[in-house]
Amino acid sequence: MDLFSFRKPKNELESIPGGDQNVPFVPQEMWIKCPKCNTMLLATDMEENLHICTKCNHHFRMNGRQRVEMLADSDTFIEQDSDLESTNILGFPGYDAKLEKARKSGSKESVICGECKIGGVDSELCVMDSDFMIGSMGTVTGEKITRAFEHATKNALPIVVCTVSGGARMQEGIMSLMQMAKTSGAVKRHSDAGLLYITVLTDPTTGGVTASFAMEGDIILAEPETLIGFAGQRVIEQTIRQKLPKDFQRAEFLIQKGFVDAVVSRNNLKNTIVKLLKIHGYGKEAE
Amino acid sequence: MAAYDKVMAARASDKLTSVDYIANMFGDSFIELHGDRRYADDKAIVAGIAMLYNMPVTVIGIEKGRNTKERMERNFGQAHPEGYRKALRLMKQAEKFHRPVLCFVDTSGAYPGIGAEERGQGQAIAENLMEMMTLKTPILSIVIGEGGSGGALGLAVADEVWMLENSVYSVISPEGCASILWKDSTKAPEAAEALKMTAQDLFDLGVIERIIRQPKADDMAMFESLKMLISRTFEKNLSLSDEEITSARYERFRKIGRPQD
Repeated sequence: MDLFSFRKPKNELESIPGGDQNVPFVPQEMWIKCPKCNTMLLATDMEENLHICTKCNHHFRMNGRQRVEMLADSDTFIEQDSDLESTNILGFPGYDAKLEKARKSGSKESVICGECKIGGVDSELCVMDSDFMIGSMGTVTGEKITRAFEHATKNALPIVVCTVSGGARMQEGIMSLMQMAKTSGAVKRHSDAGLLYITVLTDPTTGGVTASFAMEGDIILAEPETLIGFAGQRVIEQTIRQKLPKDFQRAEFLIQKGFVDAVVSRNNLKNTIVKLLKIHGYGKEAE
Repeated sequence: MAAYDKVMAARASDKLTSVDYIANMFGDSFIELHGDRRYADDKAIVAGIAMLYNMPVTVIGIEKGRNTKERMERNFGQAHPEGYRKALRLMKQAEKFHRPVLCFVDTSGAYPGIGAEERGQGQAIAENLMEMMTLKTPILSIVIGEGGSGGALGLAVADEVWMLENSVYSVISPEGCASILWKDSTKAPEAAEALKMTAQDLFDLGVIERIIRQPKADDMAMFESLKMLISRTFEKNLSLSDEEITSARYERFRKIGRPQD
């Protein structure tokens, strides 16, 4: 045993004497502690239950791929523009390294866009990905979302956008800000063509995304307890010099104030979307 | 001048504000109109109708205030949702009567407060972005000081955006950027350089169309030439069809950040 072994990351397998196969043990990664009710949850159960705590209904964050899988009918999702990747357009110090790190998460960009069937209905689907720089909106994010809306407009498709974002991507400066206008323009054209746009706000949806396409849906759904706001809570606290109430900027607060149509639990989300699509007359040909 | 010096100049308390521009350019012809017809009148945004030579125009400006009393009253130029809704109401009115819209942008950002969030700050700005994109009348926005993020963009989805030579326009303040990225707000000058937020930077990036010389309070010749410039731009855009003007506006933003194929 070397002198510095205590500094090595703890490995559960090593801690079992002789790695005895007869001793029952469960590796740490298999358990997830619910931050709300402190229940220990089995990771496999969590996956089956759409990353919702089986005890208190707390919605854990899902990454983009998981969400696409949850909403699109199996094997129908055809991804678009997956070759578009962010570059350091302004030569911002440290941004290249940050992008490299973000890509190691397995996601290539903060949004995944494509065409698919949802409950048998042909739809365009955009899912932002919190694994990639907390879904921050860079120029490629804006470009992909704009293209998705343009594709949907051209092909008379309804569109579902799941948002998650820390806001604009600072490292792309003004170019990032301009994406708010660009995406809003594409939403407006889709809307003017008489097509349906459903927004699903997921935790957290803030800043420039809130102040653009997130709040522009014909129907705005939100997952329970989702943080939704324009200004960051720390910024507000510094401005008004008081602590904010606990439910401030949560989905339940927004529905009370009239800015969200419905708070929908994740295990009811796909059903709700399919119902909405069908009530707007989509998917009739398929039946 | 270094980028951060431009930031300081854009924030200088003795520089001209929207009401100065309105007074110097439109004089007595300006009639102020108040309120969003939904909740309140936001004094951080001053708006109304005026005559630009023989042309009726709708004028909307974010107003910071020129002294302490005014600044308090104007909430330091940080608008609430009702400010953006008042602006949109008057833009829709301008569309109805087919008069051009002139916006003066000067804000550190939309107000980050409890009431603003409760009344949908994000929704109000989002609606402006969407509606301005297809407004069937010419829109021109001029950044006359600070162009602070979404709060500025909410009045800057225009056919052309111009900036004063000592104005800045950015997605975040350099202080905010430095404190988030480097946990050190004293690195704001470095952030100001990196963000590319000066009029010259934005011109080079193709985000704005024109840089305007900084006018002084009594420089009537300067205001006159600015009026001429605005008037010519409006005349040109008024001659376009609704489809031409909204398509051009869409394309203006559509090309920003489009990857080179």
